Amino acid sequence: MSFQPVKFYQTGTFTVGNRLLAPDQRSVQANMERTNSLNSGHRACQGCGEALGARYAIDAAMHATDKQMVAVNATGCLEVFSTPYPETSWQVPWIHSLFGNAAAVATGVSAALKVKRQKGVSGDVRVVAQGGDGGTTDIGFGCLSGMFERNDDVLYICYDNGGYMNTGIQRSSATPPAARTATTMPVGPEPGNPFGQGKFVPAIAMAHEIPYVATATVADLRDLEYKVRKAMTFRGARYIHILVPCPLGWGTASDETLRMSRLAKETGLFPVFEAERGELTHSTKIRRLLPVEEYLRPQKRFAHLFGKTPAVDTIARLQAIADKNIRKYDLLEKEAN
Amino acid sequence: MNKPFAITLDPGSSLANRTGTWRTERPVYVNRLPPCNNQCPAGEDIQGWLFHAESGNYEKAWQHLTKDNPFPAIMGRVCYHTCEGACNRANLDSAVGINSVERFLGDEAIKRKWKLVQPAAESGKHVLIVGGGPSGMSAAYHLRRLGHRVTVYEAGPMLGGMMRFGIPKYRLPREVLDAEMQRVVEMGVEVKLNAKVDNIQETMKAGNFDAAFLAVGAHIGKRTNIPAGAVSKIVDAVSVLRSMEGEEKPMLGRRVVVYGGGNTAIDVARTAKRMGAEPIIVYRRTRDKMPAHDFEVEEAMQEGVMIKWLSTIKKAGDASITVEKMELDANGFPQPTGEIETLEADSVVLALGQDVDLGLLEGVPGLEVTDGVVKVDANMMTGHAGIFAGGDMVPTERNITVGVGHGKKAAKNIDAWLRGITYVAPPKPPVATFERLNTWYYSDAPKTVRPMLDIIRRQSTFEEVQGGLDETNALFEARRCLSCGNCFECDNCYGVCPDNAVIKLGPGKGFQFNYDYCKGCGLCVSECPCGAINMVPENN
Ligand SMILES: Cc1cc2nc3c(=O)[nH]c(=O)nc-3n(C[C@H](O)[C@H](O)[C@H](O)COP(=O)(O)OP(=O)(O)OC[C@H]3O[C@@H](n4cnc5c(N)ncnc54)[C@H](O)[C@@H]3O)c2cc1C
Ligand SMILES: Cc1ncc(C[n+]2csc(CCOP(=O)(O)OP(=O)(O)O)c2C)c(N)n1
Ligand code: SF4
Ligand code: SF4
Ligand SMILES: [Mg+2]
Repeated sequence: MSFQPVKFYQTGTFTVGNRLLAPDQRSVQANMERTNSLNSGHRACQGCGEALGARYAIDAAMHATDKQMVAVNATGCLEVFSTPYPETSWQVPWIHSLFGNAAAVATGVSAALKVKRQKGVSGDVRVVAQGGDGGTTDIGFGCLSGMFERNDDVLYICYDNGGYMNTGIQRSSATPPAARTATTMPVGPEPGNPFGQGKFVPAIAMAHEIPYVATATVADLRDLEYKVRKAMTFRGARYIHILVPCPLGWGTASDETLRMSRLAKETGLFPVFEAERGELTHSTKIRRLLPVEEYLRPQKRFAHLFGKTPAVDTIARLQAIADKNIRKYDLLEKEAN
Repeated sequence: MNKPFAITLDPGSSLANRTGTWRTERPVYVNRLPPCNNQCPAGEDIQGWLFHAESGNYEKAWQHLTKDNPFPAIMGRVCYHTCEGACNRANLDSAVGINSVERFLGDEAIKRKWKLVQPAAESGKHVLIVGGGPSGMSAAYHLRRLGHRVTVYEAGPMLGGMMRFGIPKYRLPREVLDAEMQRVVEMGVEVKLNAKVDNIQETMKAGNFDAAFLAVGAHIGKRTNIPAGAVSKIVDAVSVLRSMEGEEKPMLGRRVVVYGGGNTAIDVARTAKRMGAEPIIVYRRTRDKMPAHDFEVEEAMQEGVMIKWLSTIKKAGDASITVEKMELDANGFPQPTGEIETLEADSVVLALGQDVDLGLLEGVPGLEVTDGVVKVDANMMTGHAGIFAGGDMVPTERNITVGVGHGKKAAKNIDAWLRGITYVAPPKPPVATFERLNTWYYSDAPKTVRPMLDIIRRQSTFEEVQGGLDETNALFEARRCLSCGNCFECDNCYGVCPDNAVIKLGPGKGFQFNYDYCKGCGLCVSECPCGAINMVPENN
């Protein structure tokens, strides 16, 4: 019999685990000994994407650093639901200071650890800072840009749920256009969050030309873990932006969190890619391209687009954003010739 | 205690907060019946044995398979594999090639000499099996497995029934048939060849049997009244095929007319072709109405078998026959048109179906025969207590797999009957439907195609037409299985729970929910690829 390696593994790396893969090819989350950095008993909503994304990311970082790391947390749901005094769900060294200063605190922790290492008091302990989109793209942005510009040795992870969820779903600069929030109600000539505002921080991080920038979603665990692992191979400032659906803020069922992240990626509305020193190095291709409606329609925050007379113009503008992402970040597989 | 300024409490873990109380619905693991298993006439646990084949553990896969069906190498060649027609993967790309993996396992077992399990203990009961075809030998296997002494009385010189004296070699090589029959014999099944049972009650009494399973098949070729000249050669298909197994091959001449439209007609025509004749099938209806499987018709035509549709034979002369053209009426029934044609014919082979020889049952009280077949109840028992029957001789679809299934079912019922109880089959779980799958997670993979023998050799030799898969593509094919309705340990539930409320028990052990913390979000249910988790309301 001629030997031909079998490359087909039933579910490949789409599923969390796969018993058919060699042990060293399996995910951290499939491991019975994963850290469970964010343990049970936290107070996140049912189906919370942020709780899931944080465990995925921090477990991966713990694995990559052999548990030699400290987490610095901004204020936001992730901190509030995990650490009501005196309890905590965190099973990692963890510090919280304020809403807007996580990047700066991380810089400080990193500097302190460097001194300890140089004095031989401790080994190589790495720092991961984490916060929501409000804490990152709005109030914490100055500290973050400074951390990037100084190239401090910190991995900063932003969990983007598209709004200030913890205080009742107010708009942030990461809220998508047309979305309803408490501060962008679906009234007036341009209902929901206005177009042409907001920012996409991964692109801004790239503009700082830091060693590594990546985006990820909770729907693609293997891709997310790979990016965290890769980020830990660099020294200096690194940034990972993870899309984490929020059932409460988006108006989706609690069991739809992964489906929503999948749709965000498959429509092109959320581009998944990597960049090194300001240059795009890899994009995760769309597997089954879908129109943006597929993503928008199930979410109550976009319900006003699908009333008696659907807001076709608005939907077309959102489609145009997706199309642009697809071009800009090269999200489609090239046709085989 | 020495505490920092303004701190009064010791740090605690959130494990104190039992979020399970939030739940209004709870996830539970379930096993659903895969549609393939549901369809298999022999009741094979297809998804179950594919699971082992997926990891390359072929022997375990084979052992799992043979719990239900001891003949995978035969099945992988001649079973009509209706399982594949039910396979959920057909809705994605194409059905899993279950039958080709089954054949691979069967061939591996023969090559590597794997053995069937021996009975754990002897029951002391003795069961008579009449007929060594698929149904009888399946019953023998299952009864032996259950610890009973089994003796098979077979009228013919060898085991196999229609699998040997009907199905041609080019579809079922005899080494394969012999190997799988022999393996059952090696379990300690006693076999009496050339031992036709003429009177069942006498044989049972003489041998002191506690019960009997009859599987004598249907061997008497049906006749039709064709006015024929004194020299015209009219024979029946089963006799022709049977004589292929003997020393003297049938003499049919050059132009062989086969009359009928079933699989037997196809087999006899293809056999004639291989002996150098020019066979032509005459059938009274159209191709889509033919009872033969379309793929067999296709293969026969590829080999050069001619088919004359919408025709009946009016009379047979010594070197020709007269056929009348038919047309289908509004109800699809053929009606004569009066249009007549003459065809060259050295012989006419009738393939019009078979009747059962019920001679051995004469005088058995309670036994009921309707339309030439023996009535059995839901437990495969005839009207006479202790005499069971199955396969072609009972009212059923006539094929090997159904016969094997009957043998298994009868064995379970005979076993219960011998112990004075009634066998109750475990309840069937609901079928795992396509809608319950989350197909996002499966890799894209088209079906593997089995190699076919080249056409020249198919026209002139009795070599096997369809090839098997090698290990690489058998493994690939097994891994195309979606594991419908049954956990295949993909770890998705363990991964996607935002609350760490799924406990992984380790390889082969599955998972457990930690209801202290499960909030009932339902993510695990939605993201389980194979639909093995249900959401059920909390009842308090
Ligand atoms: C040409 C042909 C091709 C076929 N091809 C296929 C196929 O590809 N796939 C498929 O699934 N099915 C096929 N079938 C149908 C299939 O062969 C039968 O449905 C199946 O063999 C029935 O099994 P059985 O055990 O009931 O009877 P049989 O296989 O007929 O076996 C009965 C046995 O009982 C013995 N016997 C009979 N009377 C007595 C007696 N009084 N005492 C002792 N022994 C006795 C016979 O000698 C025989 O060995 C085919 C049938 C024919 C005729
Ligand atoms: C300086 C300051 N302003 C306001 C707040 C109140 N506050 C707490 S969390 C939060 C919103 C957090 O939003 P985001 O960072 O996106 O995280 P999310 O809750 O959405 O995960 C706000 C406004 C605060 N804690 N500190
Ligand atoms: S995918 Fe597998 S379990 Fe599902 S029907 Fe097909 S063979 Fe059976
Ligand atoms: S995902 Fe976790 S919390 Fe949600 S239902 Fe499943 S086990 Fe419970
Ligand atoms: Mg937010």
